[in-house]
Amino acid sequence: MRHPVIAATVGAAATALLLAGCVPNATADGASTTVVAVESTETACTVTPASVPSGPVTFRVTNAGERVTEFYVLKDDGLSIVAEVENVAPGAERDLTVVGQPGDYFTVCKPGMIGDGIGTTPFTITGEAVSVGADEEAAAAEAVAAYTAYVKSQAAELVPRVQAFVDAYVAGDDDTARGLFASARVPYERIEPTADAFGELDPAIDYRKPGAEAEGIEFTGFHRIEMDLWLDAARANYPDEDLQPLDQAGREAVGNRLVDDVQALYDAVHAADFSLTLSNITNGAIGLLDEISAPDGKLPGEENEFAHTDLSDFLANIEGAQVAFESVRAIAASRSAEGEALVAELDERFADMVALLHTYGSFESGFVAYDTVTQAERNVLGAQLNALSEPLSTLTHAVLGVEPAA
Amino acid sequence: MIPVEVTRRGLLGAVGAGLGAGLLAGGAAGAATATAIAGRGAGAAGDPAAAVAFHGAHQAGIVTPAQDRLHFASFDLMPTADRADVIALLQAWSAAAARMTQGLDVSETGAVGGPPLAPPEDTGEALGLPPSNLTITFGFGPGLFADADGVDRYGLAARRPAALQPLPSFAFDLLEAPISGGDLAIQACANDPQVAVHAIRNLTRIAFGTAMLRWAQLGFGRTSSTSTGQQTPRNLFGYKDGTANIMAEDAGALAEHVWVAAGDDPAADWLAGGAYLVTRRIAMTIENWDRLPLAEQDDIVGRDKRDGAPLSGGGEFTTPDFDVRRTDGAAAIPATSHLRLAHEHTSGTRILRRGYNYVDGANALGQLDAGLFFMSYQRSPEQFIAVQRSLATDAMNEYIRHQSSALFAVPPGARGDGDWVGSTLFA
Repeated sequence: MRHPVIAATVGAAATALLLAGCVPNATADGASTTVVAVESTETACTVTPASVPSGPVTFRVTNAGERVTEFYVLKDDGLSIVAEVENVAPGAERDLTVVGQPGDYFTVCKPGMIGDGIGTTPFTITGEAVSVGADEEAAAAEAVAAYTAYVKSQAAELVPRVQAFVDAYVAGDDDTARGLFASARVPYERIEPTADAFGELDPAIDYRKPGAEAEGIEFTGFHRIEMDLWLDAARANYPDEDLQPLDQAGREAVGNRLVDDVQALYDAVHAADFSLTLSNITNGAIGLLDEISAPDGKLPGEENEFAHTDLSDFLANIEGAQVAFESVRAIAASRSAEGEALVAELDERFADMVALLHTYGSFESGFVAYDTVTQAERNVLGAQLNALSEPLSTLTHAVLGVEPAA
Repeated sequence: MIPVEVTRRGLLGAVGAGLGAGLLAGGAAGAATATAIAGRGAGAAGDPAAAVAFHGAHQAGIVTPAQDRLHFASFDLMPTADRADVIALLQAWSAAAARMTQGLDVSETGAVGGPPLAPPEDTGEALGLPPSNLTITFGFGPGLFADADGVDRYGLAARRPAALQPLPSFAFDLLEAPISGGDLAIQACANDPQVAVHAIRNLTRIAFGTAMLRWAQLGFGRTSSTSTGQQTPRNLFGYKDGTANIMAEDAGALAEHVWVAAGDDPAADWLAGGAYLVTRRIAMTIENWDRLPLAEQDDIVGRDKRDGAPLSGGGEFTTPDFDVRRTDGAAAIPATSHLRLAHEHTSGTRILRRGYNYVDGANALGQLDAGLFFMSYQRSPEQFIAVQRSLATDAMNEYIRHQSSALFAVPPGARGDGDWVGSTLFA
């Protein structure tokens, strides 16, 4: 049994597989490299040309803006990162070289290295699939690099979303704050197992009232503000407690604390010594699904017990798990026939799960309040989650427990 | 395990014929004969830890001597499941059942033989336990043939048995939809509760993605005998039940009353060799019952609590005489007694009962949540309907409520390792 522990190594010129279909004992050596010009400004992210043939591709990123920028190549789900380059200083030029496999992608820049990014544009790679080396360690490093980049990008999205949410709350604009609550949580829910790894952060950011009280820690974070914003619902849930609204100083205290804590999370995942392993990724994926079905999770409607925005968290957890899966799918598929079948099954199960959730809404338009979802409907959601969780629980074995094909 | 008392009926030499069937208690003299005793089935009458064959013309778990424990589960098919998914599930279920009934793990790698980084295929709680007479019996609900909107999801509508329709409502029904019905059902019976639970747990896991658990019921203390080699058990009212059940040894009664025959329903000949299964969760208002005077309890049941004898006299296996009158002129077996109304004498038919007691803790009012999980196998649902209608004036109704109801077509058995339960339907 192998226990590979491979640190993330995202360099200025990270080599990543775009849609890696690892074919053993073949290389892309000798193929000519296509250069793609990328210009990042404060308002645009131009990529020229928008379509290239498969094979080595170098994205030459020029930062024509005023702030440090990042450049990402995303899968066609718009979420999974296949390659990225960070810390491109104003005026600087950096290369990102990848082995481009045919498919549809998106490119996006992130000036300021915070938020959703700007200039999201389709990018296409045409032609035949390119054989790549069966180098086991390289494949693992690329998977880890891709997922690590995703964690960083979500932390970067989290910071401004939480800031906007807290700003509205502290300003007393409760309607706006209530409207931002679900979306502020989305980046966090996508990478929650990573935050879990930083000991004190998850309890401070995401503990529910009973959890904080049971552990004797101060009740802070998203759910503390949720309780204040939906105080009537909170009083109904805890009729024996004399729950009172927070005053302005109280709002500022819990608001600033949440901002500080998500910034601490951002700093932690952007620290030089931050590293993940393949098993972090695969086990994190199943951990995300366990978050949904837990007795205090989304499926029973306990996660957001006052706001009833559980379906938004539900989809965010699923998306995070899907990106983790996407990071290692090439490895799983290349190791064994069972792994190949597993990947196909997971594709179907993820699609079914996401499709079912989308019958209740979307991040863009919002989801129905979970307290309006009937028990029978929750049972189907739970069954679909089981249908996904069961095969996903074998992903770690498919990635780490099977020797590479000769 | 409970030693089987094979001598009682043999010594009494009771011989009965044309016997009634009660739902909760009742029936008349046993069908036992010296011949039947000599030919009693394996299982409970034999080694309670032994294995019962999964393969055969009929599914096991129907005439198999009733085991002590039950775990019953009803499933709904997932909206995403197609015909191929259903077939694959039924094949996987049969393969798993063939192994588990023999005391094996659910798969070859099982609980501890698989790779260390993968979840074990078997959940492991039955490791080291004997087969315990485990039987796993599969049934098909109406939803397999048409969903709630009448859609024929799997191309089976033309093969739907005409009799596989929702049961009519009966007096005193207090049915709860979430614990009624279902597209697929599994009855797991064993002499060790952990073995039965292990079976349902693993079969449920196999179904993830194709079928979802709808409701389930645990049971203990079989309330019926299905073999002449078994003692008559008591239900939670404290009365002997199942005295006049159809027994495994009574081939004639099984053919007449239990097994669907070819030609019964030409459109559904795939069911030949199978049966219809009715399940009813019958809650007992235990506290009220326990406050009844003994004589009134006897009158409601129609039997003597001590030995199970009909109130017309004799012993447990004495044929009830419905014409016997007391000195005051009243019928010895009252007109509203459960025994009289459930008996073939009144209902005109027989069914094979296989129920279990249940206690699911306490309800929200601090009352014992207890009763009978009634199950009966019969050649046609009409037999159950006739018995249940006959019970409309049953004095016992005041102390029971039917909370769940389900009807399943139970296909014939899998003939061997290459076969699977349901193959005749999907052929």
